[in-house]
Amino acid sequence: MATLTVPDPIPSPAEDAEKLRKAFQGWGTDEKAVIAILAHRDAAQREQIRLAYEELYKENLITRLESELSGHFERAVYRWIFDPVEREAIMANVALKKNVDYQVIIEIACVNSPKELLAVKQTYHARYKHSLEEDVASNTIGDFRKLLVALVSTYRYDGEETNTGLAKSEAKILHDVIEQKIFNDDEVIRILSTRSKAQLTATFNCYKDEYGSITKALAGESPNEFALALRIAIRCITSPKKYFAKVLRHGVDSGADEDALTRVIVMHAEKDLKEIKEMFHKRTNAALGHAVAKVTSGDYKSFLLALIGD
Amino acid sequence: MALPLVTEECEAVIRAFSGLGGLGVDEKALVSALGKWRRQPEKRAQLRKSFVGFFTADGSFERCEDDYIRYLKNEFARFKNIMVLWAMHPWERDARWVHHVLHKPLPLDIIVEIACTRSSEELLGARKAYHALFHHSLEEDVAYHVRENYSNLLVRLVSAYRYEGNRINKEMATSEAEALYSAIKTPGVKKLVENEEVIRILTTRSKPHLRVTFKHYKEKYGKSIEEHLGDELCLRETVQCLDSPPKYFSKVINKALKDGADKNTKDALTRVIVSRADVDMKEIKEAYHQQYGAELEDVISKNTLGSYRDALLSLAGQ
Repeated sequence: MATLTVPDPIPSPAEDAEKLRKAFQGWGTDEKAVIAILAHRDAAQREQIRLAYEELYKENLITRLESELSGHFERAVYRWIFDPVEREAIMANVALKKNVDYQVIIEIACVNSPKELLAVKQTYHARYKHSLEEDVASNTIGDFRKLLVALVSTYRYDGEETNTGLAKSEAKILHDVIEQKIFNDDEVIRILSTRSKAQLTATFNCYKDEYGSITKALAGESPNEFALALRIAIRCITSPKKYFAKVLRHGVDSGADEDALTRVIVMHAEKDLKEIKEMFHKRTNAALGHAVAKVTSGDYKSFLLALIGD
Repeated sequence: MALPLVTEECEAVIRAFSGLGGLGVDEKALVSALGKWRRQPEKRAQLRKSFVGFFTADGSFERCEDDYIRYLKNEFARFKNIMVLWAMHPWERDARWVHHVLHKPLPLDIIVEIACTRSSEELLGARKAYHALFHHSLEEDVAYHVRENYSNLLVRLVSAYRYEGNRINKEMATSEAEALYSAIKTPGVKKLVENEEVIRILTTRSKPHLRVTFKHYKEKYGKSIEEHLGDELCLRETVQCLDSPPKYFSKVINKALKDGADKNTKDALTRVIVSRADVDMKEIKEAYHQQYGAELEDVISKNTLGSYRDALLSLAGQ
């Protein structure tokens, strides 16, 4: 469930656009006003506001926001204002600059349903005039390229049928490969990137029955980066909400990881942040809002807390 | 024993049975023979004695060869097959062809053909149809059933969702032409078909981009990338299909109509005509004329029979 709260009754897009315009005028920006509006509108409403603003003031709202805001706050608002599909296309593109943030690519590829991933790829075409696969491929090399391209290209069967015999045999293949620490074996990539999620869940269950937890096996002693990437993929496929709760836990650790906090909160506030919050609470005995408030400050903090709700 | 004199009448019936080459059977001629030879079993006996290779003497009668029965089954079925395929949704057609290739020993270039000559949306559609029909994803089955060293290339090709716009980056096309050349000319530890950069370029770049890349390749190195690829399994078909489907299809059709073509090669004729009739039939005919100096419709007329021929000509004609 979403944590986003929207006022009732809701102001018209023109009213919101006007208030935003006022917030930009004069010296500095009235960030509180920006948050009060944008952090409490859903994707469709935000789109309406963008259109109204452009019509009224002949100016692109996003461009204006980019120039008015700064730092982590600006980055968060920029990611938030788009609709979920466009947002993921943008985040994928951002993740591919310089040091590829493979974690983001894996999340987008593995958490989404096949249809959702397809929508992201279509939006990516329209926005960047490249395919997501081609950009992932040309910005990565070796094993990471193989894994990431396979994960973003796949169009998994999304039925519930599973084949137990296959699950057993593929669990064994994974086990044999992990035991020998040949994590980059083609079979691992084949199984992880082509099987349906239902089939993979069955496979990991077989793995657990026979050999113990696969994610623990991948974490092992001195795991290499590729094994960690596989772990992320597996967790995103089988238990995404738990995974994101963990990302948030790391995000509020000692030195806050603002990129991770922004990413998870912005991407899930209008989706399933409520369940993620609950898992976070279960695991840490602290409310997400409190934890985030401790390690962030200023408008950035206010914006995140508004999205987190409560 | 003296060779039986094959009468003109007999020869006509043998030809109608596809016994003298040609694809399909001449249903009208066969039905007319039924009428003409009514109550004349000796005529049929003569037919069997003249139909060398398909009937053999076995004691006191002429027995049908099993291979002949199989052969006839195929030839009679050509019209049925083309009609059923014609009625099917293109996505289902493609999904069924891929499934067929994976579960029988059929040439893998059919997979290359489908992956590379369909538009991004058509290929995606085939993948959707595959889900519905077979409860697996297309790439899952290709990855599982193809174990040779070109497995990676094929999985990447069927998984491609290429950008379809015209925007291309000339510098990138140039540098990728050079990367391809370098991969081809520098023998590495792995086979060319497993080369990372070759796979990346051929399976992720947009088609307009690749065509510019291939053009630049030819300009810079004097030969087309196809020629340099020589006999490289799957890679050559990949490049041909990406560069110019009409040229590729015209070659496939030509092979199908040659004497001594095997079953799979002949079956390609139906596949190509049915799948391209509404796409680029005109360009295929032009390519055929350019490559072989003949009109495709004439060659089809000469080498096919009956309702099958009529169906082909209806699809390939104006």
